[in-house]
Amino acid sequence: MANENSTVISLVENASKGDRRSVSRLLTLVERGGISAEEVAEATHKLAGKSHVIGITGAPGAGKSTLTASLAKDLATSEYKPAVLAVDPSSPLTGGAILGDRVRMEEASEAGAFIRSMATRGHAGGLALAVPGMVRVFDAFGFNPIIIETVGVGQVEVDVASAADTVVVVVTSGWGDAVQANKAGLLEIADLFVVNKADRPGASDARRDLELMIDLSQVTGQMSRRPEIVMTTATEGEGFDEFKKAIFEHKEFLFEGEQISVRRSNRWKAEVSSRLDYLLSEVAKKSMEDLEEKEGSSPGLIAREMAKNILKKDEFR
Amino acid sequence: MNEKENAPIRIVLAKLGLDGHDRGLKVVARMLRDAGMEVVYLGLRQTTEMVVSAVEQEDADAVGISMHNAGHLTLAPRIVKALDDAGLNVPVIVGGIVPEGDLDAMTESGVAGVLGPGASAEDVAKCVREAVATRGE
Ligand SMILES: Nc1nc2c(ncn2[C@@H]2O[C@H](COP(=O)(O)OP(=O)(O)O)[C@@H](O)[C@H]2O)c(=O)[nH]1
Ligand SMILES: [Mg+2]
Repeated sequence: MANENSTVISLVENASKGDRRSVSRLLTLVERGGISAEEVAEATHKLAGKSHVIGITGAPGAGKSTLTASLAKDLATSEYKPAVLAVDPSSPLTGGAILGDRVRMEEASEAGAFIRSMATRGHAGGLALAVPGMVRVFDAFGFNPIIIETVGVGQVEVDVASAADTVVVVVTSGWGDAVQANKAGLLEIADLFVVNKADRPGASDARRDLELMIDLSQVTGQMSRRPEIVMTTATEGEGFDEFKKAIFEHKEFLFEGEQISVRRSNRWKAEVSSRLDYLLSEVAKKSMEDLEEKEGSSPGLIAREMAKNILKKDEFR
Repeated sequence: MNEKENAPIRIVLAKLGLDGHDRGLKVVARMLRDAGMEVVYLGLRQTTEMVVSAVEQEDADAVGISMHNAGHLTLAPRIVKALDDAGLNVPVIVGGIVPEGDLDAMTESGVAGVLGPGASAEDVAKCVREAVATRGE
């Protein structure tokens, strides 16, 4: 690649004209990080901010992809231009990944939804940096809504989903699933619960568990609003209308008041914070490489000295 | 986080045609994952259009297609051409039973590599890596 910056500029130009391949390239640049990711971020920042971002999270196999696919297909068939970012874990051993969410999203894709699969790529910080940037790319080029699917197990995955405007937590029928979701920290972030696999026994148990836990912890979502609970059988389309309606009601709730600006300002701060963390940790890592063992000296003292030296530097470009 | 140089290879994996099961395809997916690649798994009964739009949206570096029966002489070139027409410069690797006599025709139609049923995990990973490296030049 001859000139990174001119590449980004022409990709942005073409993406603005509706070229999906350029959108796809920009997503890759953001995902890989580094200087071109920063350039894409700067180029897309001023274009973004209009889209409704929906996070869908829950345990593996709960039905997130099936629900996401139905929603994306439905919206793509009406007046919307949805995009999906489906995140799956990388293998910690090899760094590889099998990204299988697309299997369920065939019809959504045929209907016109833009589906992008993404692996967590090991380092946790990377996901927290990459996802907001990729969402911004979709947003900048008119994709709306943007649906992020993540497995609700790792902290970063949960954080990534919770940075959405509307956070959907999917649990399944039966005893214990809601309790697991609570343990994984999913209860506090939910704007909407879906009890999926309602064709199986125990759907009303799961619902009752959720109601109880909401009562007990007085969890009211991130805002002053009690999360709704909808029951679905995603594979049959059962409950889909209620699911969609609940999402749009939450969107209305956000946009009619100042909730949306509060939430976005929190999201903005969270992103600044993860970027700051990242920059600082990179410099810290670098200075660790030059550290020689000074026998007997206090680790705390040495660390403070190093921090002083780091802060004098001006190497954050 | 400048991991440009060592970003994993992303490969779209699909089976064309109406027949078959996906056991073999899943084995290949695992081989590639274990070789450190990101496999966008499409599964069975894929059409040319579905593969092309997956490659476009996933910004894939390569495509692996598996097929049964004698589809390779028509289906494989069709995918190569459709990707070309869409301006997507990615190598296509074909897995399946391809008779010796058809190999030249496959290469001529632009297929970057052919893997028979006996290919080892190393063969599979090596074939993809080489195809991507050659194409990237
Ligand atoms: N019985 C039943 N199975 C479902 C339902 N929703 C999804 N599934 C199945 O559950 C499995 C996992 O679904 P998927 O959407 O991939 O879950 P994800 O891992 O949360 O994305 C698939 O085999 C689906 O067909 C449902 O409502 N009822
Ligand atoms: Mg899924």
